[in-house]
Amino acid sequence: MVPEACGILPIAHFQRLLEALHTRGYRIAGPTVRDGAVVWETVRLVSDLPIGWRDHQEPGRYRLEQTGSSQVFGVVHGPQSLKPFVFAPREPLLQIERTQGGFAAHPKLPRADKIAVIGARACDLAGLAIQDRIFLNGAYQDPSYAARREGLFVIAVHCTRSLPTCFCASMDTGPQAKTGFDLALTEVDDHLVIEPGSKAGSDLLSDLSLPPAAQHVIGEAAARVGACARSQVRKLDHTRLPQALYDAHDHPRWDNVAARCLACTNCTMVCPTCFCHTVEETPDLTGQRTEHARLWDSCFTQEHGYIHGKNIRPTIKDRYRMWLTHKLASWIDQFGTSGCVGCGRCVTWCPVGIDLTEEVSVLLRHSTRTEQMPGQV
Amino acid sequence: MNQAAIQLKQTSRPKLGVFKFASCDGCQLSVLNLEDDLLALGQALDIAYFPEASSRMEAGPYDIALVEGSITTEEDAHRIRSVREQAKVVVTIGACATTGGIQALRNWADVESFKQVVYPSPEYIQSLRTSTPISEHVHVEFELWGCPIDKGQLLRVITDLLAGVQPRLPADSVCLECKRRGNVCVLVAKGVPCLGPVTRSGCGAICPSMGRDCYGCFGPMERARTGPGLPPNTASLAKQFHGGLQLIPVEVVRRFRGINGYAAPFKQESERWGQK
Repeated sequence: MVPEACGILPIAHFQRLLEALHTRGYRIAGPTVRDGAVVWETVRLVSDLPIGWRDHQEPGRYRLEQTGSSQVFGVVHGPQSLKPFVFAPREPLLQIERTQGGFAAHPKLPRADKIAVIGARACDLAGLAIQDRIFLNGAYQDPSYAARREGLFVIAVHCTRSLPTCFCASMDTGPQAKTGFDLALTEVDDHLVIEPGSKAGSDLLSDLSLPPAAQHVIGEAAARVGACARSQVRKLDHTRLPQALYDAHDHPRWDNVAARCLACTNCTMVCPTCFCHTVEETPDLTGQRTEHARLWDSCFTQEHGYIHGKNIRPTIKDRYRMWLTHKLASWIDQFGTSGCVGCGRCVTWCPVGIDLTEEVSVLLRHSTRTEQMPGQV
Repeated sequence: MNQAAIQLKQTSRPKLGVFKFASCDGCQLSVLNLEDDLLALGQALDIAYFPEASSRMEAGPYDIALVEGSITTEEDAHRIRSVREQAKVVVTIGACATTGGIQALRNWADVESFKQVVYPSPEYIQSLRTSTPISEHVHVEFELWGCPIDKGQLLRVITDLLAGVQPRLPADSVCLECKRRGNVCVLVAKGVPCLGPVTRSGCGAICPSMGRDCYGCFGPMERARTGPGLPPNTASLAKQFHGGLQLIPVEVVRRFRGINGYAAPFKQESERWGQK
């Protein structure tokens, strides 16, 4: 945080920030309460935000509670990360039509909407950075992702409250958002400390002509974020990764977790970094045209492990091991970073509450093949 | 199976027959509900036999037979063989035809006692002791799940058959569709016993989209009977219903013993909990 650049805005005047975004032509997406959780929806007024709500998360369980407070960003997160904004659940790629003696394929691109997301957390930004690396910074750039990413303006919120399922501190991704935002907010009682993170953010902030945040308020904001980090109980020990997980390939724990795992795909769907997809055709009855679209897919489905003539991951054990080993180990070899950002969504949104941090701690405790295995794992 | 599709591709305006067995007619209505697409379907296919829709009833053979309903009488057990003999491709439509339907609950009960209680003259009722899926009687090429079926999925299967390709019928979990739609998980956020994690996709996650728990009308995901993949991990979900969501064993039984209660993975799970 660069203190002299930070402005301060009373929550009572929060609408000014929303108006400034509207004036710049942004649709604002923020956390809103729907069906017992927060999800991203279009917000126009501050009152659309989950004022006074708090989330309680534990493995396999999510509940909201209205506390009656005036806190705007009391809910840490819901099932969605920033993923759906950039990597759409269903993305039409081509419109294909038959022509005389052949076919013509017309590429489709999403409309480049300007969307300002308000309330992204440090883990969400870490997830977005990983997705950028995959879809934009590799040998090939994904045009649909690039079009959606181009219009995104990100307003982060530094976390001042950790959930029992959070472990971003141990993954070095949070609870303070470090990069990847245009603006970042810290909610300190009835004020927001606003920090710019990009040129576009700086410009918007100077247009708001806010008074600079006092030193003691900035100090208080930093203290709350620090306390939030220290309050985290869950941890993922990644110091011996990737090798320790490769060594755990034949660990009996994989059978244990396979007996609980439903292969339902929920962990991968809520994961901010999982990027697996499939493609499908939607032809019309005449067979003259078809839409070629990309859909979210998961390494937990039967079809995903199918290669010509053979399924390479027939059992749930194969699929869970593949997911966890890729996420935490081979991801590092592939992309130079862990695939896990410590948001804890896969822990909360697993219908049977499988906790990857617990699985990893058991797998790594006895990961050396020569080591004595306990009788009962 | 590709053979059948290739054969159809070479047929101009293949003949379609729609046949009903023990059922509520809801899946046939899904065909009629195709609306504008029904006209296109009528052009692409010769709808030769569809008593629910038309009094024109042409004799076989048929290229495609859509079969609704389960087998519950001796007479139907004979009739389905005759349908099979007259059809190149048999496609079951809906839970009744595919797994025996809700009426398969009789398979755990005494049908004779029902007859005595319900009918003044039970001696006129000729009924088998069980309700069974079409595939227990004849070979079936494709099975459409659901109560009722998804009309888009039906159209897609016919489109694929006409194009001479293997119809693609996803067997993933409902959760995949639910998350693609941006729904909040009702099991995790409301604590209701949703069968989505073990139920096959295809419906578009209708019930969770309305805030309701899935009751498994599309049947078990992945390997429901034969084919690739594994039977779903119903044991783990049932354990969560009981231990996590506090359902008593008889409620767990009822959860799995519903519209597709006679589908092997659901049948086995309900029977396991029936003994507790």
